Amino acid sequence: MSFHPKMAYDATFHKSSRTLADPGPAFVFTPENRARLDAIVLRYPADRKRSAVLPALYLAQSQQGYITGNAMVHIAGILEITPADVEDVVTYYTMFYTKPVGRFVLSVCRTLSCAVNGAERVVEEICAKLDIAPGQTDATGTFTLIEAECLGACDRAPVIMVNDAWQELQRPEDVGALLDALRAHGEAALTGCHHVVEKK
Amino acid sequence: MEPIITKHVREPNSFTLDFYLRHGGYESLKKALASHTPDQIIEMVKASGLRGRGGAGFPTGMKWQFVDKKSDKPRYIACNADESEPGTFKDHVIMERNPHLLIEGCAIACYAIGARIAYIYIRGEFFHVQHVLEQAIADARTRGFLGTNVFGSGFDCEVYVHRGAGAYEAGEETALLESLEGKRAQPRNKPPFPAVVGLYGCPTAVNNVETLANVPLIVQHGPEWFAAIGPEKNGGPKLYSISGHVKRPGVYEASMDVTLKELIYGEQYCQGMRDGRTLKAVIPGGSSVPILLPEHLDAQASFDGVLKAGSMLGSAGAIVLDDTTCMVWLAENLLHFYRHESCGKCTPCREGTDWLHKILRRIEHGEGQMRDLDLLASIGAQIGGKTLCAFGDAAVTPVLTTLKHFRHEYEAHIRDGRCSQVADWRARQPIGAH
Ligand SMILES: Cc1cc2nc3c(=O)[nH]c(=O)nc-3n(C[C@H](O)[C@H](O)[C@H](O)COP(=O)(O)O)c2cc1C
Ligand code: FES
Repeated sequence: MSFHPKMAYDATFHKSSRTLADPGPAFVFTPENRARLDAIVLRYPADRKRSAVLPALYLAQSQQGYITGNAMVHIAGILEITPADVEDVVTYYTMFYTKPVGRFVLSVCRTLSCAVNGAERVVEEICAKLDIAPGQTDATGTFTLIEAECLGACDRAPVIMVNDAWQELQRPEDVGALLDALRAHGEAALTGCHHVVEKK
Repeated sequence: MEPIITKHVREPNSFTLDFYLRHGGYESLKKALASHTPDQIIEMVKASGLRGRGGAGFPTGMKWQFVDKKSDKPRYIACNADESEPGTFKDHVIMERNPHLLIEGCAIACYAIGARIAYIYIRGEFFHVQHVLEQAIADARTRGFLGTNVFGSGFDCEVYVHRGAGAYEAGEETALLESLEGKRAQPRNKPPFPAVVGLYGCPTAVNNVETLANVPLIVQHGPEWFAAIGPEKNGGPKLYSISGHVKRPGVYEASMDVTLKELIYGEQYCQGMRDGRTLKAVIPGGSSVPILLPEHLDAQASFDGVLKAGSMLGSAGAIVLDDTTCMVWLAENLLHFYRHESCGKCTPCREGTDWLHKILRRIEHGEGQMRDLDLLASIGAQIGGKTLCAFGDAAVTPVLTTLKHFRHEYEAHIRDGRCSQVADWRARQPIGAH
């Protein structure tokens, strides 16, 4: 390795801004989740276990609420890849959280069809009611607000994904009612998907 | 045209296997296995003229024929259920309300190209749809429509659902394969095309949900029947997703001789604009295609008709906008999307979408300068055609076409130092600059 006499190696130029994933508490899958993952792995060729990394991460997130460094190492061991391979995936896809989130993650679609139906106002109302900005969790740890891109339900705009469930046709003026209903009744308070005609 | 694919979707329990079997379900698969060779199925799909419903309108039969049959590797069907193009929400209806039609299509497609496994790659947000699909697959398997030795023909077939995790780019066919392999959804260089080197390096056909859902219909009724629906070279039933400022947004099924005007104003379709407003612009094929103006609405909503009008049918997701919509705001809204979704692999797209968004934001907030307009055009030209996949071209389209048709709105923002068209549905204060 050669050094240049005038280069400020210890200053900004050479500084890596990479932050390591929070290792979090020790992590192993519960026996049930491990059995689920083992069944999923069988869907892919025996030498292609890596294909199961997204399902594995979903299981880890459902078990622990977010994805920690220890979870990545655990998954890497099972799928016979490196922790860096897992981290590469975690940090790319938007639906994995690397920090704890609230009990309800409100992903409000902000893309065109929702926006022209008032999605910006919905975000504004949520921010005002919870005193947070997009990307933040409220002081009680109940709600996390995320601005999402098109959720594929543009005819029922504005749409909010609450954890894995849907809230359709959300009017800005009803945001307060939605938050109260979620606090009181959980996801049962949501409209769900309008295609499901059986529930009516 | 009477709906075919979506005929029963509003009826209770339309997603169940019993319902599907009552309406002739899995007869096409039985017929295909009993009385056609795989090559005959490919010939049938070719003769039907079925064109891919995912965006590009490429002939499906031809795509299947390109699948390398001389290779000794396994072959795969990858069903593209990512449905992330803004303004598109049609595949969702098929998967949730008529899932067995898709599963039957997957099985026939596997038979045609000599695959044993079809993976349905579904976007992460369709969590409840995934459950419906998985239940349908399990039911079909229990009754012997999937699994080993289907209908005693010796044909083995499995269908698996693979859930994505929030990435628009995963809808691009090679990025989808990368994601299926457990990596970041980033595109591969083409050629080689997936038909030769696809999933796990094996020959693979990537087909959209709606495309595969049409296959059982072709086998059941014959290619002539299919081709006779709608205009020449644009045959078969088509699903349209229509959203925005219309009275009745939703998914509508029609033959492709329907015009954009009929879809937007027709009694059985969207019934016109809301609140008596006038139409300002339509993006006819998902957010990635050029904007059309009111004078283009007589165009046929077919692959060739929309192309002739100066845009593309794309995913057939029409976003209809009324006269309260500021076009600079619109470009900023969509570039926020593309900037967020750029996978980061190609520099022009990764950096360029961010620049475009920043400049648009500046203009929308009244801080633009006239020379920014040339800058937008020049950055657009540096992205389009210079990336591995079509994302780059898609991302610059909203900017370039609003600049072309609505340059006066950009100039007004710069001259007045503000947006003079803030509709009541927009945020009171700018938010969410993340
Ligand atoms: C950026 C990008 C996103 C895409 N997203 C989707 C999608 O969500 N769903 C889809 O079916 N096709 C999508 N496509 C098109 C696919 O690459 C591919 O052409 C299609 O799945 C082929 O299926 P088909 O021949 O049945 O249309 C996308 C293409 C690009 C460039
Ligand atoms: S724009 Fe919001 S769901 Fe499509």
